[in-house]
Amino acid sequence: MTRKLLSDYGMFLVLILLCVFFSVLTLKEQIPQGSAAAGQLIEQIKNEFRKSDIILTVGAVNKDSAPFAEKLGEELEKEGFSNTRVVVGVPRDLLLALDDIRAKGGGLAAIATSGDVTKWGVIEQIPEKYPEFSGCKVLAPESYMWPDFLKRSNLLAIVDRIVVIAVIAIGMTMVIITAGIDLSVGSLIALSAVIGTLIMKKMGGLQAPGWIVLAGFLVGILSCGIVGGLGGFIVARFKVAPFITTLSIMMMARGLAFMITGGFSIYQVPKALPWLGQGRSLGIPNTVALLVVLYVAAHIFMAHTRLGRYIYAVGGNEEAARLSGVPVKFVIVFVYVISSLAAGLGGCIQASQLNTGTPNIGIMYELYVIAAVVVGGTSLSGGSGRILGTLIGAFIISVIQNGMNLLGIESYTQQVVLGAVILGAVLLDKARSGGGLLVFLKKKMRH
Amino acid sequence: MRQIDKSFPGVHALKNVSMKLHRGEVLGLVGENGAGKSTLIKVLGGAHPPDAGNIFIEGQPVHIPSPTAAQQAGVSIIYQEFNLIPDLTVRENIFLGREKTRMGFVRAAEEHRKTLQLFRKIGINIDANARCSELTVAQQQTVEIAKALSVNAKIIVMDEPTATLTTQEAERLFVIIRDLKSHGLGIIYISHRLDEIFEVADRAMVLRDGEHVGTQDANDITREKLIEMMVGRPVESEFPKRAISPGRERLRVEDLCRGKAVRNVSFSALAGEVLGFAGLVGAGRTETMRLIFGADKPDKGRIFIDGRKTDVRSPGDAIHNRICLLTEDRKGQGLVLIHSCRENFGLPNLDRFVRGMFLDQRKERQEFSDFVESLRIKVSSHEQLTMNLSGGNQQKVVLAKWLARNADIMIFDEPTRGIDVGTKYEIYLLINRLAVEGKAIIMISSELPEVLGMSDRIIVMHEGRIKGEITDPANTTQEDILSMAIA
Repeated sequence: MTRKLLSDYGMFLVLILLCVFFSVLTLKEQIPQGSAAAGQLIEQIKNEFRKSDIILTVGAVNKDSAPFAEKLGEELEKEGFSNTRVVVGVPRDLLLALDDIRAKGGGLAAIATSGDVTKWGVIEQIPEKYPEFSGCKVLAPESYMWPDFLKRSNLLAIVDRIVVIAVIAIGMTMVIITAGIDLSVGSLIALSAVIGTLIMKKMGGLQAPGWIVLAGFLVGILSCGIVGGLGGFIVARFKVAPFITTLSIMMMARGLAFMITGGFSIYQVPKALPWLGQGRSLGIPNTVALLVVLYVAAHIFMAHTRLGRYIYAVGGNEEAARLSGVPVKFVIVFVYVISSLAAGLGGCIQASQLNTGTPNIGIMYELYVIAAVVVGGTSLSGGSGRILGTLIGAFIISVIQNGMNLLGIESYTQQVVLGAVILGAVLLDKARSGGGLLVFLKKKMRH
Repeated sequence: MRQIDKSFPGVHALKNVSMKLHRGEVLGLVGENGAGKSTLIKVLGGAHPPDAGNIFIEGQPVHIPSPTAAQQAGVSIIYQEFNLIPDLTVRENIFLGREKTRMGFVRAAEEHRKTLQLFRKIGINIDANARCSELTVAQQQTVEIAKALSVNAKIIVMDEPTATLTTQEAERLFVIIRDLKSHGLGIIYISHRLDEIFEVADRAMVLRDGEHVGTQDANDITREKLIEMMVGRPVESEFPKRAISPGRERLRVEDLCRGKAVRNVSFSALAGEVLGFAGLVGAGRTETMRLIFGADKPDKGRIFIDGRKTDVRSPGDAIHNRICLLTEDRKGQGLVLIHSCRENFGLPNLDRFVRGMFLDQRKERQEFSDFVESLRIKVSSHEQLTMNLSGGNQQKVVLAKWLARNADIMIFDEPTRGIDVGTKYEIYLLINRLAVEGKAIIMISSELPEVLGMSDRIIVMHEGRIKGEITDPANTTQEDILSMAIA
């Protein structure tokens, strides 16, 4: 079982290794933020101090520390600590506050703050400069070691970044399993986004209700589906190479997207547009939920339905499939329609994430999508491949990009590394399946 | 070649085979399909490295890891599928990869002169500037021979060279072969037409199931003895007998036409009978069956199934009308080689394994298990890839997938090609059983003894036309069929 899993999803191991690798490299001291950390501090203060004690909550000017200090101050007031003061600012502001307390002649019982403030020189100098405050305690949530990579916000960023590519890769996997290729998906992203947002603009613009957004999405997706159907028909009926057919569609769809908007972006879009790409349902980002649903459905479709099996058969040996009664032409049209619908949906997600429809989005995406599929273990010669492998492939690409961003590697270097990793992953896959690199190395060793 | 040994996954293709070829000799290499002839040749030609054993040429041990190395060692192999590039001229093909150049430019005039010189040597007359696609098959073959000579080949191997030639063309080829022989070349001649072996070969070497059974002077051996060596037992028990009871008409074809391949073919097949189709390669038998099965579109013609006129537009239609076709090209058309046995088995049967929206894979596995047992298919698991099976087991998987459809009309196109003797017999028994069950069986075979031994009736085709029908195969000879075909 494990072995089968490894052979089917060997790339999963690579993904895990990459995650471990980036986790180790981005391991850093983390300071707790938010209400849990504040609650912990308040408990401590309640236990150790009287309500009349003077307590100073300090926050540095950044998006985590300042709200933390303010929140802490509010909560303490509520608990009855009436002599709580809140200081948000730079170290100098803290000095002014301390001077003020000293001038008023009060004692200082404690300074409660987030982790970054404890590193201020002012805090260390208190016993020296303010001997009367030498009994004051500095309280901060305990810091801990945790990789930046594995922070919740970062993991969500990884999904956000890959969701469009991953959705389209579902259709591309099916196309590639039939030994085809679909180069048009990048342009269809733009076409769908432009058509969708144009409809939203024409049917109410900013004030348009949610169902208009849905209608825009549907029309955008279906337009792509029709384009894909035409492409599939040309491939199936006239035996034009998929590469050429979809290359032509790629050019035409891109041009069409620009023609529709006159080259401009569409900004007058409904407020409900970002819901799909940026919103949450039940606490889960919609994009994540969408990915899970689509991949589960596609996996079941490919592994457990008749049409799924036919797709593999057509790619494995078209003639043998035909002579076994498989409706080959229908299967081919079907996969191109699915691929284009997926690209259309990808366009809707992209428009929703960017909150606009722009004709120049999705450029080069077809190549990233193909890379995800191939890294995921699907053979370009057709007949074999796994949907979940593609998901892993998409994540490998996204994780590498994200990890390099966290490590501060510049974007030109990133492209070189990404290209090399894709090539390496595919070589590894060939070696695992008993061909390619291993055989080559063995031969070399023998001579 | 000494003690050559070679295995493929699942097959021990060559077991310690040694062969010796003298200068100025034609060695006939015979054996049933799958006996190891082509593997032996591929080892010699550098296409497959041997697992063990050595090759000596003129007493020197040579290492042949690639086709290029074979060429350098003086071995030229002329395969059934020629290695000529159709859009290049004869001259360009002969010098392909070894162009005569000066400062990077091809010296066409010199190449042309050399080509004509070669052609004179083997006594042929072909335009050196013609494109190879314009040549006849026989002409292409002589171009291959000229190409072999141009690299100073010492050994020329010909794999089934007459398979697609006319009788006159074959005669001309024999003249060329005798001429090459007199120039001191060694020639290995592979053919399953035994008459040719007796005509051109000095000695005959027999392979069976990867083993070297023996080598005999062609003058010292009879045809019967040679066949016995090939199949490993006396010949008369080759085909199992059964009771014949033809029933009503299952299939009737009227005036079926497609281009030059199939011309006005009409016949009928009855329930409970084995209808044999005999003829030379390219006689139009396979093409006819593809029309009946809906794999190609006929120009005209009518098909009646159980007396009802039926339109068969696609293989799917044919299957729906309870026809199945086991193609001659097992690997190219019968199986998806990179998929498992179970998946191949399921492919035409998925409609029966559907439950709701999904496939009932348990049912699929169970049914396949039954066939693995009843047909005695040797697989390591249901998930074994069909590319790793031996020819016989591949054919059994194909049989299983069609038997599971329980069709009424079963068309077998060369059902025993490339299959070992034991499995052949099993397939004959199976065909007989299916006939007894009341199915109409159509069997195409290029092995005349097989058609004669298995069929209740034989239809003879030649150049797309039906030339005659034999209703009494038991009292018919191979010569009768051949003379009917080319009459």
